Amino acid sequence: MSGVRVLAGTRKGAFILTSDGTRKRWEVSGPHFAGWEIYHVKGSPADQDRLYASQSSGWSGQVIQRSDDGGESWAPVGNQFAYQGTPGTHQWYDGTPHPWEFERVWHLEPSLDDPDTVYAGVEDAGLFRSADGGSSWQELPALRGHGTGPSWQPGAGGMCLHTILLDPTRRGRMFAAISAAGAFRSDDEGQTWRPVNQGLQSEGIPDPDAETGHCVHRLAMHPSRPDVLFMQKHWDVMRSDNGGESWREISGNLPSDFGFPIDVHAHEPDTVYVVPITSDAEHFPPEGKLRVYRSRTGGDDWEPLTRGLPQENCYVNVLRDAMATDSLDSCGVYFGTTGGQVYASPDSGDTWEPIVRDLPAVLSVEVQTLP
Amino acid sequence: MIRVVLPAHLRSLARIGGEVHLDITGPVTQRSVLDALEARYPMLCGTIRGHDGGPRRAFIRFFACERDLSHDPPDDPLPQPVAAGTEPYLIIGAMAGG
Repeated sequence: MSGVRVLAGTRKGAFILTSDGTRKRWEVSGPHFAGWEIYHVKGSPADQDRLYASQSSGWSGQVIQRSDDGGESWAPVGNQFAYQGTPGTHQWYDGTPHPWEFERVWHLEPSLDDPDTVYAGVEDAGLFRSADGGSSWQELPALRGHGTGPSWQPGAGGMCLHTILLDPTRRGRMFAAISAAGAFRSDDEGQTWRPVNQGLQSEGIPDPDAETGHCVHRLAMHPSRPDVLFMQKHWDVMRSDNGGESWREISGNLPSDFGFPIDVHAHEPDTVYVVPITSDAEHFPPEGKLRVYRSRTGGDDWEPLTRGLPQENCYVNVLRDAMATDSLDSCGVYFGTTGGQVYASPDSGDTWEPIVRDLPAVLSVEVQTLP
Repeated sequence: MIRVVLPAHLRSLARIGGEVHLDITGPVTQRSVLDALEARYPMLCGTIRGHDGGPRRAFIRFFACERDLSHDPPDDPLPQPVAAGTEPYLIIGAMAGG
């Protein structure tokens, strides 16, 4: 029978939540790596039992864990992330040059077809690749080195490379997004890069045509239509129909266009989900009501999804990597909150139930659809 | 035999139940102890000091014989009771964070 495995990274460990295809009853495993921050856990699309986890702490730095049995057991693999060549500088918050320093891995993106190949997006923003199951990591230096890198500045959460999208139809095309530099595209497996931010408008950037400096919070793509990209920016929800060459705003009737995650329905490429947050100063839902907003038209027209979600006194946030969709016939949607809840909807967002209510703050949510 | 005590989160990472006992050939220094520790438990590389013997991580401290050795040169000899195995070499996670 089909099922799902939800991988939740939290401030104090990882949790694995499993259910059959009904997604009504859940088994909870964890905490794995108790006490450590788990920024991200993700499974290989090519091997459901191969999982990678980013484990870190302020005391002891970065560890990468790998599982070859679907999270039953784990082993630490390589954790040396060395920028290639002379790292150089980016801009610090005050505009002064600041040396590139590795802090942590924010996001792990396994290859679509090789379980041993995985990409890592790191802070300070850089992209690394392992072709040996995480044992060793090599930087793809052209992203930092294509020319705009010295002008990048960190967002409030650090200068992180948080999104990696791999185009399943055009070999070699990939996207990366960096806070607060913007979106970038490579068409040759990361050997060369260029910014793809035309059409983004960001208050605080005086140049309306600024090539970089945009605080992109998250990108999403449907695999059947990879030229269409959706973006949750610091403010504004955006869409590109040409692989990032240009962007237009699709915030429409959202109560706030500030937020972090954005995701796409597994079977409907024009069905998109966001979680509006009040503002950059108030990282909680408007009016204390936790509402996922769904557009079935690829943006502009949004409907609130509230059934099963708290509609009063709710002041949690949903972080950028904390939303995912499964690919069962009735698409499941999942998200985790900074209050420690992981919510699941087995019906494309129409209704929601908490899988767990009291985890540590949830940093990331991924889901695997199991045969 | 050198006795080494690790903080709980590193014992968990390396799946160590209690003290680590190391045999060191040559001078017993902080560097030689950490080299031997990382050779036996490679997953600890980068979690106590930088890779390839780099500097101590900011929130890790080294104590022995009621002394803070964190700022001592890494090639200085460790106190005789540590070298003799009567006192442990303590690797400490600083009190910070939540």
